Amino acid sequence: MSEIQFATPQTVKEAVKCLAGAKGKARVLAGGTDLLVQLRAGFVRPGLIVDIKHIPELRKVKREDGGFRIGAAVSGAELGANAAVKKAWPGVVEGLELIGSTQIQGRASLGGNLCNGSPAADSVPALIAAAATCHIAGPKGTREAKVEDIVSGPGKTTLKPGEFVVSFFLPKRPKRSGDAYLRLIPRTEMDIAVVGAGVSLALDSKGVCTEARVALGAVAPKAVLVKAAGKALVGTKVDDAALEAMAAACRDACKPIDDKRGTVAYRTKVAGVLAQRAARIALARATGE
Amino acid sequence: MAKHHVTTTINGDPAEFLCETQQTLLDCLRDELGLTGSKEGCASGDCGACSVMLDGRLVCACLVLGVEAEGATIETIEGVAQGDELHPLQKHFLEDAALQCGVCTPGFIVAAKALLEHNPDPTETEARYWLAGNLCRCTGYDKIIKAVMNAAAEMRGA
Ligand SMILES: Cc1cc2nc3c(=O)[nH]c(=O)nc-3n(C[C@H](O)[C@H](O)[C@H](O)COP(=O)(O)OP(=O)(O)OC[C@H]3O[C@@H](n4cnc5c(N)ncnc54)[C@H](O)[C@@H]3O)c2cc1C
Ligand code: FES
Ligand code: FES
Repeated sequence: MSEIQFATPQTVKEAVKCLAGAKGKARVLAGGTDLLVQLRAGFVRPGLIVDIKHIPELRKVKREDGGFRIGAAVSGAELGANAAVKKAWPGVVEGLELIGSTQIQGRASLGGNLCNGSPAADSVPALIAAAATCHIAGPKGTREAKVEDIVSGPGKTTLKPGEFVVSFFLPKRPKRSGDAYLRLIPRTEMDIAVVGAGVSLALDSKGVCTEARVALGAVAPKAVLVKAAGKALVGTKVDDAALEAMAAACRDACKPIDDKRGTVAYRTKVAGVLAQRAARIALARATGE
Repeated sequence: MAKHHVTTTINGDPAEFLCETQQTLLDCLRDELGLTGSKEGCASGDCGACSVMLDGRLVCACLVLGVEAEGATIETIEGVAQGDELHPLQKHFLEDAALQCGVCTPGFIVAAKALLEHNPDPTETEARYWLAGNLCRCTGYDKIIKAVMNAAAEMRGA
């Protein structure tokens, strides 16, 4: 068994260089709450582990263009303590904070949650609903991508060899808008979502919905943006009829797995219900209730 | 590649050890440094028996690489008592019979200590949620929560 090399680059440039120069497969290490479990189980055997937590950009949260730039390795505990982000994008913070226990929160990051590629990753539907984008660095320079374009299937991403996520951008929160994320788990803590639903919406001065994005987790091979569900809300006052139309669109978008934690019929039904509840919370936040 | 030489601070004292990349901080504490107070229940982040403080944050030592401890500050169960003087949490765990086999106890005490530093006056519900990542096979949790609440009250001078 060959030894695993370990690197702690101090800048994005250095990290790109490390990843490009790796013999054998290289793995980025953020909080390690997925990676260490996979290492231990023998699912991954990288030639190099690159700890990205010493790079300042990956650990910072700052205001940018009226929104926020969040380092990909910022932990749940750190983001949860940021009152400004929590106020602007409570749904995103809720999603990240639902991950695991207090101990897991000390380490788990948005970048790791996304790039691990689990269809049930809790922060991902909220990020997609928020229209968040990622700043990616790699051997060919940097690029921006929508969060919904990163995961391609369970455990798989569209990141090219040597690329990694540096930060996320949460856009400026429009007036009269709100977001929310809910998940269903059979227990009250420490479980994987059977369904997750993120909703972000904005209203005009008369209370008519002008934009809405609805994303679902754990009901397909990856988290999905359900465009038809968002459309069902736009132009309405987010009343019961609109919410039912949105739920129907959510149910149509489900292609879930069938297991003891949730049958196909159950997950599909719950997707509609959860999306409605998340939309009601987002609506209450948008109207300042 | 030679082993990594890691220099760190554990319970206020400088410490160093050698390790391979894939060795966890828990492996290093137990096998390289002989600090066997932190326990391995699951090695997958589920049970909290390996709870330690890393740079002021509560983490599972089984989900941290030993090499990540380079330059870091670590606190383990071994640093909780002051010499022969038990921490109020330790006293109340004993008095309130909050342990049976004891495998989960170091993790619970480290995690509860972090809770009380962060929130000296938690509700029972807050304490239960904070400790949701610590599993106990024996006690049924009620006595653990009672010990934590009693220790919190004593520490507040109530
Ligand atoms: C006990 C326990 C409970 C959990 N509960 C939940 C839960 O409730 N909900 C949930 O969604 N998840 C849960 N998880 C999974 C995990 O904690 C999360 O997915 C977490 O967000 C991963 O983040 P990390 O920083 O620890 O990632 P790491 O383990 O460091 O990385 C995960 C993967 O992503 C890659 N990666 C990390 N950062 C980047 C980056 N910036 N760019 C490119 N690739 C990157 C790594 O190479 C690795 O393949 C749980 C895990 C445990 C052990
Ligand atoms: S041994 Fe680390 S959480 Fe169980
Ligand atoms: S006392 Fe035995 S596991 Fe808790």
